[in-house]
Amino acid sequence: MLRLEKRPIPSRFWLYATPVVAVLLTMIAGGLLFALLGKNPATVIKTIFWDPLFGEFAWYLRGQLLVKAGPLILIAIGLSLGFRAGIWNIGAEGQYIMGAICGAGVGLALYPTESRLIFPVMILAGALGGWAWAMIPAILKTRFNTNEILVSLMLVYVAETILAKASTGFLRNPEGAGFPGSRSFSGSSFPAASNPELIAGSGLHWGGVFALLMGVAAYILLQRHILGFQIKLAGQAPRAARFHGVKPERLVLLCMGLSGALAGLAGMFEVTGPAGKISIDFNVGYGFTAIIVAFLGRLNPLGIVLAGFIMALTYVGGEMAATNLGLPSAAIQVFQGMLLFFLLGVDVLTNFRIRTTLLGVK
Amino acid sequence: MTRETLLKIDGISKSYPGVKANEDVSFSIGVGEVHALLGENGAGKSTLVKMIYGLVKPDEGTLTFRGKPFAPSEPSEARAAGVAMVFQHFSLFEALNVAENVALGMENPPPMRELAARIRAVSEEYGLPLDPARMVGDLSAGERQRVEIIRCLLQDPKLLIMDEPTSVLTPQEVEILFKTLRQLSSEGTAILYISHKLEEIRTLCDGATILRRGKVVGSCVPRETTAREMAELMVGATLTPPERRAGAKGEVVLGVTDLSAASPIPFGTTLKGISFTVARGEVLGIAGVAGNGQDELLLALSGELRVASDKIRINGRAAGDLGPGERRRAGLVAAPEDRYGHAAAPDMSLVENALLTGAIRRNLTHRGFIDWAATRGFAEEVIQTYDVRTPGSHVAARALSGGNLQKFLIGRELDQSPEVIVINQPTWGVDAAAAAAIRQAILNRAAEGAGVVVISQDLDELLEIADMFAVLNEGRLTKPRPVEGLTIDQIGLMMGGAHGMEVAHHVEA
Repeated sequence: MLRLEKRPIPSRFWLYATPVVAVLLTMIAGGLLFALLGKNPATVIKTIFWDPLFGEFAWYLRGQLLVKAGPLILIAIGLSLGFRAGIWNIGAEGQYIMGAICGAGVGLALYPTESRLIFPVMILAGALGGWAWAMIPAILKTRFNTNEILVSLMLVYVAETILAKASTGFLRNPEGAGFPGSRSFSGSSFPAASNPELIAGSGLHWGGVFALLMGVAAYILLQRHILGFQIKLAGQAPRAARFHGVKPERLVLLCMGLSGALAGLAGMFEVTGPAGKISIDFNVGYGFTAIIVAFLGRLNPLGIVLAGFIMALTYVGGEMAATNLGLPSAAIQVFQGMLLFFLLGVDVLTNFRIRTTLLGVK
Repeated sequence: MTRETLLKIDGISKSYPGVKANEDVSFSIGVGEVHALLGENGAGKSTLVKMIYGLVKPDEGTLTFRGKPFAPSEPSEARAAGVAMVFQHFSLFEALNVAENVALGMENPPPMRELAARIRAVSEEYGLPLDPARMVGDLSAGERQRVEIIRCLLQDPKLLIMDEPTSVLTPQEVEILFKTLRQLSSEGTAILYISHKLEEIRTLCDGATILRRGKVVGSCVPRETTAREMAELMVGATLTPPERRAGAKGEVVLGVTDLSAASPIPFGTTLKGISFTVARGEVLGIAGVAGNGQDELLLALSGELRVASDKIRINGRAAGDLGPGERRRAGLVAAPEDRYGHAAAPDMSLVENALLTGAIRRNLTHRGFIDWAATRGFAEEVIQTYDVRTPGSHVAARALSGGNLQKFLIGRELDQSPEVIVINQPTWGVDAAAAAAIRQAILNRAAEGAGVVVISQDLDELLEIADMFAVLNEGRLTKPRPVEGLTIDQIGLMMGGAHGMEVAHHVEA
């Protein structure tokens, strides 16, 4: 018989081994899935994990990695702070959309003014938009004790509706011949509001810079600052946190607000950079994938930076597999979902060990 | 009086993590004897009877029942051997009638009509009026107890265990119950009667065994012993408090005035009009049975439960509306009862747990940034000073034994040069040596000029370390009185109806 036994101290080995084992298990189970779809598993796995880095088109795809990893990392960093404190913001996708709409909206309102101040103001507006959207579940939770998981998730669909309205209505390009979508933020059409690639071919734009900076800042916050200590304490032992002097309501507002602001920033950088404009299908699920990234990175900022790149790999490589090998994109999403599944499953080993007991013997 | 021995208990011991519930308990009960098992809450009475009834297995020792070795592994085995038990809390279905409830407790219930007839017969025989067709939901507490008793009597037991049976009864019902029990006794059924109501035991029981902290501390014939003597056995020989320091008291450091607060804990106790003061160098001991507002009082004092600002004064400063951090800054430290999850974060290291309350008074942060070196230093200082047995300060709190963690947690508070110390259950589940060390450390801080509030259910402990004594009872606090010259009778009077020693004052009255 197999039996789970609680470890006296969480295992450091499994803490770090878990993501690796989870990735390997995902490759195996994903390989099975691809085999059932009639593809050669080895080819698919190679296309996803190897080709973007070292394949024929790696010169282009490597840049794409950073483009995808930036928003994932930025959002996941914010989410991880809340997750550490036991506050579950599942609606980063909605905050990402609202950040993009607010950031883009401020820029578009000033079109065609050219000023170096425009972009910073847009950054601020993007952060505020995401923050405000996250404040809705936060305040409902602190005032009426609603469940922030449900409220934040539901608000994603509200945000998507607003996005559709924005791209077909209030933010639509007046010179776009009636097509949905806003004016373009690309360098030539609106330089003051664009978020260009900073080093040609690197894929690095201001969003990536922010993501890496936030990773470092969050690391310092969690390791060295009393606020980071309070966040961890509230998540691990809520009563001890109150005894320490943490006000739970304040922490909810802070963590939801922070994760909302970072998601909003990610949306704003995306709309002005890689996406280039507000469109109906502007959001591609970064807000949800970031949840996986946060856990894959062990809710540790440095781990999240690493996990962001691995997840970006499955995005870029997944697209490759979809176009080159004709794999349905849903299969790639299942593949990404498996990663979280195995991660949480293997994670049990951090706090528990498996004991085998023979029948009749204790 | 010589009786044939029915049940012999020999050297029974039972330990739970961190606490010895029973230690080398031996006594015997004769056929037809009404034997009292006396002791304060937590003395180990319930554990002992659970072993006789097959709910708990002893670690050591043997039971002999009717001359044969007896080791029931489950209650049905004990019942088959002739042991029946009436619990303090009834297990009856309100929506079923009396006969149906009785049938549910039987291995092979007879047809309902036959059973109803037997219930009627037994209830008449023993003077316990009860209609088998009535719904249990309509019955009073006393009548429900009769259902339980009759359920037992139908098994024709040789030994009937009754756990605090009179706590739910009116005086008239007690009379009826006693008559029944005497009748059973005269017919040869032995009764093991658990109580801490001394006067009751004196009128009913033939013999008594007194337990304290899991050990047998004495036995007596209740009819020939005064309630006071039994109370002293129950509470311990240290009823004469140790010599108090004669030192003059300093100014008041903690003042609580008419503190009332609803409990933040579900089904908690509301605090009602609590007032007391503690001076420098003074230890106020607050006694009382668990669940009478101890947790709530600690929350209100630590700052986790906020009240109007003028209700609590620390060093003369209104502090009722301050949170835990601000109260620490004002000079008050607190140690809650629950170590795993309240006083400490179980999964965090001792260093992190040192930061938990030490950050403010030990200056472990600078502009919000944690000085980990200083924090580790503080944790290691506590480990060293209070002899905490641990492989190091990096170990998670939950890896420490209860007593060791408690030493660390008390030390963490005491080493912050506090002016007011509030501790709930300082030595609960802690072995004797560690408990003595903790008490000494508390007294040392008091001698250095701190005002101390100790909330505890251990009377011995309070009488040993407190200068002033008060009792928390249903959220109300009695007026504190000096421990010096306090008699057990007066303590009983203070404890009022909520504690079993209330009868102690009848002796004097």
